[in-house]
Amino acid sequence: MKATVQIFLKPGVLDVQGKAVEASLHGLGWPGVREVRVGRTITFDLDGADKAAAEAEVKAMCDKLLANNVIETYRVEVE
Amino acid sequence: MKAAVIVFPGSNCDRDCAVAIERSTGARVEMVWHGDSDLPDGLDLIVLPGGFSYGDYLRCGAMAALSPVMAPVKAAAERGVAVVGICNGFQVLCEAHMLPGALLRNAGLKYVCKPVALDIVNGQTRFTAAYQGRREAVMTVGNGEGNFFADDATLDRLEGEGQVVFRYQDNPNGSARAIAGIVNPAGNVLGLMPHPDRAFEPDLGSADGALLFQSVLASA
Repeated sequence: MKATVQIFLKPGVLDVQGKAVEASLHGLGWPGVREVRVGRTITFDLDGADKAAAEAEVKAMCDKLLANNVIETYRVEVE
Repeated sequence: MKAAVIVFPGSNCDRDCAVAIERSTGARVEMVWHGDSDLPDGLDLIVLPGGFSYGDYLRCGAMAALSPVMAPVKAAAERGVAVVGICNGFQVLCEAHMLPGALLRNAGLKYVCKPVALDIVNGQTRFTAAYQGRREAVMTVGNGEGNFFADDATLDRLEGEGQVVFRYQDNPNGSARAIAGIVNPAGNVLGLMPHPDRAFEPDLGSADGALLFQSVLASA
């Protein structure tokens, strides 16, 4: 199975990278761009056939290592 | 006094910390590799040094917080042994949930490296007693991700319980409430972004960091 984990800073946590990218896009002529957030995507293959079990495992990986719940939220997809 | 400095792959202030502790306190310092699952007996102080453990991959300190040596470090902290995390070491302590909050990218997006003036907010801790009522200390910061973050309830609790130990006079990185260093509720685990290990004798521009290590010595 293929797992995809998307991690973003929580709403309300200042995303300075997002702010810098937003300012650059404004400067390049896209003044309508707002609320840019820069996150990261982690993908990997995972042994097993049970999708629900795999999702639970990947969420455990997020809580243990991949994301920091103090500042980040994550979204898990397994297919 | 007996101290240990933990060495992670990518630590680069481990020797600085050892020299700073030895010269400030005369303590014997042992270097402990991150892969060890035991610490030397009879430690009074454990230091997690600055640097870029595991290349700052994923998040600063995230991988180091899960390395084998952190289990005995946590156990020692629970027994009351003094633990100091400096810079990357502070990030490791937060990632290991030994201290609340997290360190974000600096608000100005730049790596900041300069001496900073700090208010000693709590002079009654095991790490600040030797400042003997002094209100100010100068140390050097060197960080790209030193922007302390915690939610408002946590910040209020830190302030209310006297857990804010150092505060920047001129906030260099956007840290919430200009916080530069905090202790755990038991008062034996300190995390700070400024480097006492780069300010332990006058030739380095400041000797104020030596007092931090001497405070631990006095409590040992």
